[in-house]
Amino acid sequence: MSVDTEEHGAAGPAEPDHEAHQHKHPSDRNYILVAVLLAAITALEVGTYFLEDPSTTLLVVTLFPLMVAKFAIVCGWFMHLRYDNPLFKRVFVFGLSLAIGVYIVVLTAMQFWDSGYGT
Amino acid sequence: MTDAAFATHDVDPALHDKGVPSHGTSTGVSNEKLAMWVFLGSDCLLFGGLISTYLLLRHRSVAGPGPQDVFDIPFTSVSSFVLLFSSLTMALAVGAIHRGDERRSRTFLLTTALLGSTFIAGQVYEFTSFVKEGLGYTTNIFGSAFYTLTGFHGVHVSVGIILLLSLFVTSVRGNLGPERAESVEIFGLYWHFVDIVWILIFTVVYLIP
Repeated sequence: MSVDTEEHGAAGPAEPDHEAHQHKHPSDRNYILVAVLLAAITALEVGTYFLEDPSTTLLVVTLFPLMVAKFAIVCGWFMHLRYDNPLFKRVFVFGLSLAIGVYIVVLTAMQFWDSGYGT
Repeated sequence: MTDAAFATHDVDPALHDKGVPSHGTSTGVSNEKLAMWVFLGSDCLLFGGLISTYLLLRHRSVAGPGPQDVFDIPFTSVSSFVLLFSSLTMALAVGAIHRGDERRSRTFLLTTALLGSTFIAGQVYEFTSFVKEGLGYTTNIFGSAFYTLTGFHGVHVSVGIILLLSLFVTSVRGNLGPERAESVEIFGLYWHFVDIVWILIFTVVYLIP
């Protein structure tokens, strides 16, 4: 996707002197294109509901990449992690990675991945 | 703190009154924005715990309705689109305030609040219909885990709506000009985070049986 950006933060004397405030934002047109892409991915996700008797494995293999793609698109574009100071990305990815790691350990300890779990 | 440190972090009182940090920070980035990212990183742990708990407990019920008995995927899909669209209007509000277009920013802030309210109304309707179908908070362990997870998310959205309305009122009073754009941007981060949490919940809770 081509990127139209607008630079903000350098105009007025009242602007804070922060590097973080000098980043570029996508234009409104790009925000709308990103939203259309997100809506299309969501429509694909919802489409799996209408499949007849899909296996859980098929749903996981199909839906997880779509979910991760939506997550990354919102973080990158709407939350400006693509453009903003890398420190913000590091802080957020640290928290996210910690959560994923801790709860994978928890699920493993509770034998969640075993084929007979919950039955 | 030493005198030298005070000198380094000197603040222009006129700007400080507007909530604008006119001083440099030791990290080179806005402290308020960094604090929001730290909060969002820590909130990942909260929702990670709630989602993991739901995954562990959802098929452990011995009585009462289960996920497949109560979920209305088409209805929840519409709610998901509504929340997704609210992220777009929030991003447009941030873009508008950075350009100095206060009127447009105000309109998008209010639209975002209305879309968030629509989402919450949908959640209230969903919870009510589940209760009518026999799934209360204490009916079974699936109900407890489901209501706790989606309820926490709903509280986050509700807090966001209150903050959106306060930003809207601040803007109407003329106190939310381009010099306060960072406040809108920081709130936008919170709103988008609520959206990405729903992206996870919609897939893991609703779409994967």
